[in-house]
Amino acid sequence: MAINREYARRTFPASEPYEVSRVKIAEFASAIGDPNPVFRDKAAARAAGHPDVIAPPTFAIVISMAASGTAMADPGLGLNYAMVVHGEQRFEYARPLVAGDVVTAQPTITEIRDAGRNVMLTTSTQIKTLDGELVCTAISTLVERAA
Amino acid sequence: MSEQVSYDSVETGTELPLVSYPVTRLSLVKYCGASGDFNVIHWNERIAKSVGLPDVIAHGMFTMAEAGRFVTDWAGPRAVVTEFGVRFSAMVVVPDDDQGASVEVSGQIEEKLDGNRVAIGLTARSGGTKVLTRARAVVRLP
Repeated sequence: MAINREYARRTFPASEPYEVSRVKIAEFASAIGDPNPVFRDKAAARAAGHPDVIAPPTFAIVISMAASGTAMADPGLGLNYAMVVHGEQRFEYARPLVAGDVVTAQPTITEIRDAGRNVMLTTSTQIKTLDGELVCTAISTLVERAA
Repeated sequence: MSEQVSYDSVETGTELPLVSYPVTRLSLVKYCGASGDFNVIHWNERIAKSVGLPDVIAHGMFTMAEAGRFVTDWAGPRAVVTEFGVRFSAMVVVPDDDQGASVEVSGQIEEKLDGNRVAIGLTARSGGTKVLTRARAVVRLP
């Protein structure tokens, strides 16, 4: 099934609020093998000038992917997920995500284009606090390989 | 905890020495759980091969996370990452053996920017192949 080009430039609803927790940050740091205390220990994070434990720079993918994943799984889009590989990823941070942040993620499909026989699909997801502070923009390009 | 780097001490062109990070099947299983990305190509060899891959491959985001770790370890606890981008140029194939694979990350100070920010160019290889290109992070230093 081909990807539906009419989904380009579509903005999806913001996700339900996501609470960034110390436990989840520590789990993520452990999964990437990173023992850095600023990702685990509130006292160490505060000693380094952070309000609480901060998240590693790629942690935002947990939040952005959950939101954009809902968009990618939209049956009307027609993406074959088993054929998908990650092409590019970028994060722009106004500040680190910190334990205790409650944020929403709102994805927009910014571009759908052909690259040879493959299709490239780019999403830009804004992660904001409930007060509307933009903390991070996560830009992902997925590649659906030709069957 | 790593030592703190200060903006004033950083010089453009300085090379940041290579660090090797292991990637095993267990790494990928843990990363699936922590990230919520359960794409079967990261844990199921049968399906990975059936869709034309050589074997189970690492999440691109796992490789990017190791490059991020390289940056935050170098920059120190007071630094914050303001931008981080990569292109995934090759797969990291992770065999089902006791060794797994590894990702070797190195870097170079590309540019000193305003606001105490420093741009770092990153190189990541696995099995001799570049697995990230256009990999660049900007950190704000004290």
